[in-house]
Amino acid sequence: MKEIYLDHAATTRLDERVLQKMLPYFTETYGNANSQHAFGRAAQKAVDEARDKIATLIGAKPNEVYFTSGGTESDNWALRGTCNSLKNKGRHVIMTKIEHAAMLSTAKELEKDGFEFTFVGVDKEGFVDLEELEKAIRKDTILICCMYANNEIGTIEPIEEVVKIAKDHGVLCFTDAVQAMGAIDIDVKKLNVDMMSFSAHKFNGPKGVGALYIKTGVPVARLISGGHQERTRRGGTTNVPGVVGFAEALKLTKETLGKDVEYVRSLRDRFIQRVTAEIPFARLNGPKDGNKRLPNNADFSFEYIEGESILFSLDLAGIAVSSGSACSSGSLEPSHVLLAIGVPEETAHGSIRFTFGKENTVEEVDYTVEKLKETVQRLRSMSPLYEGKE
Amino acid sequence: MYNEKVMEAFKNPQNVGEVENYDGLGKVGNAACGDIMQITIKVENDVITDAKFKTFGCAAAIATSSTATQMVIGMTLDEALKLTNKQVVEYLEGLPPQKLHCSVLAEEAIKAAIEDYRNKKAGIHAKDKEPEYV
Repeated sequence: MKEIYLDHAATTRLDERVLQKMLPYFTETYGNANSQHAFGRAAQKAVDEARDKIATLIGAKPNEVYFTSGGTESDNWALRGTCNSLKNKGRHVIMTKIEHAAMLSTAKELEKDGFEFTFVGVDKEGFVDLEELEKAIRKDTILICCMYANNEIGTIEPIEEVVKIAKDHGVLCFTDAVQAMGAIDIDVKKLNVDMMSFSAHKFNGPKGVGALYIKTGVPVARLISGGHQERTRRGGTTNVPGVVGFAEALKLTKETLGKDVEYVRSLRDRFIQRVTAEIPFARLNGPKDGNKRLPNNADFSFEYIEGESILFSLDLAGIAVSSGSACSSGSLEPSHVLLAIGVPEETAHGSIRFTFGKENTVEEVDYTVEKLKETVQRLRSMSPLYEGKE
Repeated sequence: MYNEKVMEAFKNPQNVGEVENYDGLGKVGNAACGDIMQITIKVENDVITDAKFKTFGCAAAIATSSTATQMVIGMTLDEALKLTNKQVVEYLEGLPPQKLHCSVLAEEAIKAAIEDYRNKKAGIHAKDKEPEYV
């Protein structure tokens, strides 16, 4: 059977060259980077080099890059850490309605601790409403959070403008760049953002490692108490092979970024063009302008059928995708992102995200379109909602 | 997450469609929640001689609809009314906990179809009822 992986926003395959860089740090240079002896110093050297490399690649200073366990921890840290350190200054935070669950769940918990949140809406393509965002700023606002690009519908947010609004009002600004890194050339200095989160496995790096960029002077209380790692701001033994792999993956990604993005975009565009032309009642979610959405992302709602049954039908044909349907997540609510852009609930249930990668081929795209056509037709023939729509 | 029996029922569902000149129709669920099940039945001498389904829903919803129609064909109406979601789940050798509501819908759709048949027979014209919220 074919094996076609179209879920690159969920995770990506570790690059073989990254693996080779990581391997010695499991068995040869296995010291604890915090130890003072030669084993430890060798590990520390690797960590320092990884940090320097990453800092250079994103335009930061090395001491502004803090290693974490990944995107979720970085998001949690930025939000909770800022709230904890600035609670005497204010208790109001602004974020978009389409942030990742790592942000929204943390916000829910912080609400119980007495913090107030304003969730700013987005338009029907997922772009944050800048006017609403600016109006939401109050005297006690301590942080504005806006993701760089959305993980479900691929919308690339006008992040420069969000940062500018935050700066104009003297408010700190955080952006979750987990999906953007690897698709967009990011320079934190140029962007002038205060904090940014990353995750290595989204760009062919290892899972379980990421970073939070914290601009010098930004007061973020620590989330994980422990030893003196990460300049005492984040406890826990450093994942040495992980950070080495992270740095190598980012380096390789940046080296071929333009070429890879162009290729992945061409696959994605071919897919969108064929699905739109060949499958009736298929609605593209997110920006119509391909340059304003992540180059790997295509998200469709197929009316009159349900997403999980599409997902498993494609799975049976060897194609891996993900769904914004409630049935996939175990809750009854469909994706908060699709609801925020105004997709009706019943249509949101029939949504599938296809995210392409540089390993995919044109043949795979065409095979997927054919299988998708069969699947949609088969499920619609079973659907009581489709009667009379043919 | 699904066992092989459920995946098989999803892959090759039985009794898809609508019984021609059906005697009873049951439609339950709610599109906003992501599940609508419609079951039609043919009844002769108080025995269900045919049953078909149409479902908008997840793999479990399709599998349980198919299974419920298979189970009730050949049953008397009273027997079919006693069909429980638990029996449907047992037939499928288990469902993930978050999918148990699909089997409840299947049970309810069968009951609604029988009720529709009995109402018609008693001369009560089935109203254009909105699907029940579950």
